Amino acid sequence: MSVMDQKTVRKVARLAQIEVQDSEIEAVGKKLEGILGFVEQLSEVNTDNVEPLASVNEIPLVLREDAVTDGGIADKVLKNAPESQEGFFVVSKIVE
Amino acid sequence: MTDLTALSVSEALAGMKNKDFSAVELTKAHLDAMEKARHLNAYILETPEIALKQAAESDKRYAAGTALPLDGIPTGIKDLFCTEGVQTTAASKILEGFIPTYESTVTSKLFADGAVMLGKTNLDEFAMGSSNTTSYFGNVVNPWKANDSDADLVPGGSSGGSAAAVAANIAMLSTGTDTGGSIRQPAAFCGIAGIRPTYGRCSRWGVVAFASSLDQAGAFGRSVEDCAHMLKSMSGYDPKDSTSAKLDVPDFPALIEQGVKGLKVGIPKEYRLDETPAEINAIWEQGIEWLREAGAEIVDISLPHTKYALPAYYIVAPAEASSNLARYDGVRYGLRVDGKDLAETYCKSRAEGFGDEVKRRIMVGSYVLSAGYYDAYYIQAQKVRRLIQDDFKKAYEKVDFILTPATPSSAFAIGENEDDPIKMYLNDVFTVTVNMAGLPGMSVPAGLDKRGLPLGLQVIGRPFDEVTVLRACRFIERASAFSAKPQFVINKAA
Repeated sequence: MSVMDQKTVRKVARLAQIEVQDSEIEAVGKKLEGILGFVEQLSEVNTDNVEPLASVNEIPLVLREDAVTDGGIADKVLKNAPESQEGFFVVSKIVE
Repeated sequence: MTDLTALSVSEALAGMKNKDFSAVELTKAHLDAMEKARHLNAYILETPEIALKQAAESDKRYAAGTALPLDGIPTGIKDLFCTEGVQTTAASKILEGFIPTYESTVTSKLFADGAVMLGKTNLDEFAMGSSNTTSYFGNVVNPWKANDSDADLVPGGSSGGSAAAVAANIAMLSTGTDTGGSIRQPAAFCGIAGIRPTYGRCSRWGVVAFASSLDQAGAFGRSVEDCAHMLKSMSGYDPKDSTSAKLDVPDFPALIEQGVKGLKVGIPKEYRLDETPAEINAIWEQGIEWLREAGAEIVDISLPHTKYALPAYYIVAPAEASSNLARYDGVRYGLRVDGKDLAETYCKSRAEGFGDEVKRRIMVGSYVLSAGYYDAYYIQAQKVRRLIQDDFKKAYEKVDFILTPATPSSAFAIGENEDDPIKMYLNDVFTVTVNMAGLPGMSVPAGLDKRGLPLGLQVIGRPFDEVTVLRACRFIERASAFSAKPQFVINKAA
């Protein structure tokens, strides 16, 4: 099912938002192909009428009261920012 | 004079209560030992000032007769738990220098019970690994050595620094997290006890996320009782983690001595693998024999989907990781490498900040979640996960706990199994089922192999029945009378 050709590796790298150098593509593809080959065996399991399990937790999720419980800590939120200014994160210009 | 770093938690608590030594003396003994053990690289960051300050506060409470349950106990904190004002890296370059402005629930609870933080322990990057060789801050060295080689061995992973620190007597207790075996495998490799409680027993709030439906915090100690003390302090409902369980926390240390008489023990035939070394199967047989002699009933069981747990895990965990790790974008925290535009900044920051194994898992996760593959991989893996959980549910209609080997080998040399990710993944073949089904599991040392390295047995319990798990492990600990120490500790005493 899985063929990790150069095109697919580039596509996956883009989805993952990770830059992969041309020189790395082949090696990365090989390792990914190995892992996908390993998980491939799942296709032999008959899962007809089996409900997917997203969480083992059988405790129903509860809604908390819709109230403000936190906030007013912009300085703390920005404390680890690579770049911030006047209470905002700074990024490069997006719209010309 | 007693070596204060070799005490059990109960001995240390009694010693401080009786004023045989102070919490500051106990902490200093550990800080000195840490300095002499730096080549093990068990800590990413030592925090002596915090430790001594916390220990001084413990001493005040001992003097006032208001001592807390873990007062003055020197503890290592896996560097995956956010600690307020103290660098938290997840062993990744992308988080180097990150100083949380909040405290994880688990560490808050430990500190509220008087635990003293010695430092932040090393791990595989983002807890992804079974050897502690993917840390940006370097490999951790196992304090054990084989009797036929001087090669440095891995401590296991991902919580390798935590396990090595406790084994080397440079922490009395330590925290770990276990997503696929990251507490139980390093505990087995380092000859100590390690428990991963039921999913939901400990809050995940403030723990750097890897795979949220599998991650669970837990405890390392040199004895089952030590682990029980720590687990009691760590556990409990937290409104900040919607998956944490609203259940009372049992008094674990008080409930571990009841023995195994009359309990039914499941032995799953699917854990008998052709490729498992004979010594591993022999220690398993020995464990079964101890239980039988003590009056437990041995029941052969089948967990038919066991062989699919690891492949299903390597879809579910990377899928969740690819989503969780999307937050590292070079904007709000962590490393930023500027590109020509914002999109390139993301890609460059992540390429530069993540190590190879982490990148691999993010890419696998992105792939199995992508259009066209989602049903065939991700949904199929979730369905298989249901079948794995059903296997355990059926088994627990007949048995009280399950006994298996902890790992398919003893500790291997640093650098081994590096060429092929699958070889490394197979380390977790006996532990990963527990994470897929959300169960409590514990590894306890049971003997040495012919190379003189520790081997562990694993006890798996029903959801939220950590008491039976601890009780069974306490029994195995007594039956095996495991008392071997790593060469590092023996040489230090000499």
